[in-house]
Amino acid sequence: MNRMKVDEEEYWHSSKCKAFTFDDEDDELSQLKESKRAVNSLRDIVDDDDDLEKFSWSGEPVGSISWSIKETASSNSNTSEGRDLSGQKGSSSYGAFPKQPSSYSLSSFFKGRNKHGSFQSLSDALTDTGLKNYAPELRRPKAEFKDYTSDWSPKDTVRRLQRGKISSLERFRSLQDKLLLLDEAVAVHDGNVITAILIFLKKTLKKEILFRELELRQVALQHLIYFLKETGDQKLLLDLLRFLDRTEEVALTQYREHLTIQDAEKRKEFLKGCIGLSFSSEDAAHVQDHYTLLERQIIIEANDKHLEASGQAEIFRKYPRKASILNMPLVTTLFYSCFYHYTEAEGTFSSPTNLKKTFKIPDKQYVLTALAARAKLRAWNDVDALFTTKNWLGYTKKKAPIGFHRVVEILQRNNAPVQVLQEYVRLVEDVETKLNLAVKYKCHDVVIDTYKDLKDRLQLMAYRCKVDRGSPAEEKIDSILSNPQIRWKN
Amino acid sequence: MASAGLRDAPQLPDFGLLKRLARDQLVYLLEQLPGKKDLFIEAALMSPLDRIANVSILKQHEVDKLYKVENKPAYSTNIVNADKAAGRTRKYKIIFSPQKFYTCEMVLEEEGIYGDVTWDEWSFYLLPLDEDIISMELPEFFRDYFLVSINSVIQNLFLSQMVHELWHEIEEDSPVDTVGQKPEIGHIFLLDRDVDYVTALCSQVVYEGLVDDTFRIKCGEFHPRAPEQLLAFSVFSQIRNEHFSSVFGFLSQKARNLQAQYDRRRGMDIKQMKTFVSQELKGLKQEHRLLSLHIGACECIMKKKTKQDFQELLKTEHALLEGFDIRESVSFIEEHIDRQVSPIDSLRLLCLLSITENGLAPKDYRSLKTQYLQSYGPEHLLTFHNLKHLGLLTEQAPGETLTAVESKVSKLVTDRTAGKLSDAFSSLGRKSNFRGISKKLGLIPRGDGEYDLKVPRDMAYVFSGAYVPLSCKLIEQVLERKSWLGLEEVTRLLGGNEFVTGKRARENVALDAQRIVLVVFLGGCTFSEISALRFLGREKGLRFVFLTTALTNSARLLESTIEAKA
Repeated sequence: MNRMKVDEEEYWHSSKCKAFTFDDEDDELSQLKESKRAVNSLRDIVDDDDDLEKFSWSGEPVGSISWSIKETASSNSNTSEGRDLSGQKGSSSYGAFPKQPSSYSLSSFFKGRNKHGSFQSLSDALTDTGLKNYAPELRRPKAEFKDYTSDWSPKDTVRRLQRGKISSLERFRSLQDKLLLLDEAVAVHDGNVITAILIFLKKTLKKEILFRELELRQVALQHLIYFLKETGDQKLLLDLLRFLDRTEEVALTQYREHLTIQDAEKRKEFLKGCIGLSFSSEDAAHVQDHYTLLERQIIIEANDKHLEASGQAEIFRKYPRKASILNMPLVTTLFYSCFYHYTEAEGTFSSPTNLKKTFKIPDKQYVLTALAARAKLRAWNDVDALFTTKNWLGYTKKKAPIGFHRVVEILQRNNAPVQVLQEYVRLVEDVETKLNLAVKYKCHDVVIDTYKDLKDRLQLMAYRCKVDRGSPAEEKIDSILSNPQIRWKN
Repeated sequence: MASAGLRDAPQLPDFGLLKRLARDQLVYLLEQLPGKKDLFIEAALMSPLDRIANVSILKQHEVDKLYKVENKPAYSTNIVNADKAAGRTRKYKIIFSPQKFYTCEMVLEEEGIYGDVTWDEWSFYLLPLDEDIISMELPEFFRDYFLVSINSVIQNLFLSQMVHELWHEIEEDSPVDTVGQKPEIGHIFLLDRDVDYVTALCSQVVYEGLVDDTFRIKCGEFHPRAPEQLLAFSVFSQIRNEHFSSVFGFLSQKARNLQAQYDRRRGMDIKQMKTFVSQELKGLKQEHRLLSLHIGACECIMKKKTKQDFQELLKTEHALLEGFDIRESVSFIEEHIDRQVSPIDSLRLLCLLSITENGLAPKDYRSLKTQYLQSYGPEHLLTFHNLKHLGLLTEQAPGETLTAVESKVSKLVTDRTAGKLSDAFSSLGRKSNFRGISKKLGLIPRGDGEYDLKVPRDMAYVFSGAYVPLSCKLIEQVLERKSWLGLEEVTRLLGGNEFVTGKRARENVALDAQRIVLVVFLGGCTFSEISALRFLGREKGLRFVFLTTALTNSARLLESTIEAKA
């Protein structure tokens, strides 16, 4: 193989490509020729003293190129330049290194081409022959491009990869070359190429080495993490995150996996395993709750399924369950339990009070949910009890952790009768809101009393036209309007 | 910048060309496989494809059956493997659009069908959605870029800077003979979405934005397919940029006019009737159809919005933007969460609160997060983690006073060699400073008198006169000053040194072209922003061209941060 390569090399070296007409394919030939020539002339220099020169025309460590040449020449001797890279912490672009004017500089080999700008550019090759090709549809299917078994520099290789031409990466065997390739890809900001090279590195490097090198290359690292997530390589991903000491991310990544487990019992077991992971203290509590919730749901689900099937409980006959409670949020579970298990003693897993206690559900959240559930069942007494508090003298008082306008809204949505609605409309604190709600839901008593309190005779008279003739509401208005003791403001 | 003589806006370049190019290339690719063929189309590609070609074009090129592939690109490998197992032989070709990724090749190889399929690329990068909107149709860009690749790392390069750099390279690479060509665009702005999250998070009230929020416009395809020249004069083009409150009046006026025109039939003689039918009826019918479509849409919007207390929601948003009565907003948000109404809206309000307040107080953060998880599911702790990374929803650092942390962080950020920063700092480092910016730029118009939404006086009309979109205001300011000069304080608050200004004096830019401004939104732009800049353009005699990775809105933005439910 190597023997053949050298022959081929000599052929190219001696051939005169100048007379070629450039079409897309020949563009490659020209590039090939260029890199051959560069590479061949380099050999003499590099072979002479291989670690004198560190940076070349584009600021790349010459070491890698020299290595690749040795490879072609089937020399196995190792060079030590690879270690230079570790010195350049996190640097993602070699472009930043100063060009060193040196007689060894590669640029001298490209001088002839430099004035055209990049010698790589397709259009460059095309302008040479005046064959402008703007219409990409006239090209050959991309898949038909054949790769030449030849030695592209890392830069060339990346450029080729960028253009979607298949470039074999197998040749990049030394760690240093691999990294050079990667850095080159990062420097051109091409995620696709970075990923291609990462796939190759993943295949050909021990993971410890790969991880170690990526730790210094954050951009490439992000791409690998993304790639592993996308391809579902959970194991390697976790190894990587562990290596990087990102313990919280390890925990979250592991936890994320539960989403893929369909079976509730298995999911529960999985969550149990997540409990000890190094989440933030806040999240640790959430994960613990998640586990407990699912555990509860499994018990409730089994019981209720049985209960429903047996047909003994009236509530299930009247309101058959529409879906399983498994994997529902806590509030949904609470709603469910307020709906089906409202009166149960605190000792049972399915009782609302038990849920409230176990998960420390705030009053506000609890009341809103219970209200919605009981209103749906039109259990107005329960609704009443929800807001009734007794003070130490035994007086009862209505109190709510949420605004009463919200209570009214929920009740109204569940078609509460006016008598019920009116009681809560009356409790709305803001007078204007109260009036609006009362008018909207036709709570005549509240409207009338409010106008009376406001001493607004005109409004009251206007409202008289809106109530039914001969209704109790009209009578009430009339009696108020004829009350001489009221001092109307208008 | 605007002088009286330049009032009428300049002509835009014809971007329809891009569509024709894409179509020609598609046809070419289809012709590469002669004979009858079935076409499997990925779901996400359906709408863009629809705008490029139609079924009859596909049929013309011997496409037999069309299939939709749902979210599973790997599905195609199953087809091939199933065929192989059944001993069927067929030819397969995969067309990657806009380009093939090496990961795809890897999948093909792993699935053992590499070599069984040929492939090609349909380099369909830019889809003109309108005469002034070009979309790259990359909705996942926001997530991929801002969430996945950059967030745990503060990179020396911010996105727009990177693009800017690439742009330079391309320019240098491109053949020299652009000399003869006259540039068609005078100014270019590159905007990262993370410069302005607030605007993207607000409820939209401009008609097109509202329609997008409510129904999700796909590829600008809200209106039924109609000949484009007709659309230009259609109902939609007249109301799309209007505040929703003015739309009803407009529609009913239109309806009355239409009625009147129909009514003219009465009392016509046969001859008049004949001309009427042959000349006007078709147009009237078309208009009728569009009108009833929009009236239907309005009805639907009204129904939905009253149900979800839109008014209250807007009130809270405006309070957050202005920064008054924060406690009241917090308790509104809390109740919103507790009632289990729209998880996205809850999240949106939380993010708005966080950005406008530079993070939530630790106590609020904990309590609201807990309640969110309880209402919408514990797995959302992953979502919160993502939002923290993005800097969209953060917790104020306890103990230290904010300014101390701020100066510490900004020192770290400027110290470029530091390169790597811990996660905690990175989310703090991207503090929004919304209040400061808002004050400096005057984003909240002073509330003297009513804002007449029918006669907008500035870009704030797109948010009911309550807020001028930050992204648009920046552009306005730079255009007005012809540079960033005098905006140093703002750029500092926005993340300081991450700004690049590329200036290239081009004397030969035609006068008209100078008044064309290309705005590139990396990470998505909203219809509200488009409407606002169109308004600015009309005021200043400019034309804006929008190039965006995708059209976005608050829901799309936030959904991309939510871990998918399996």
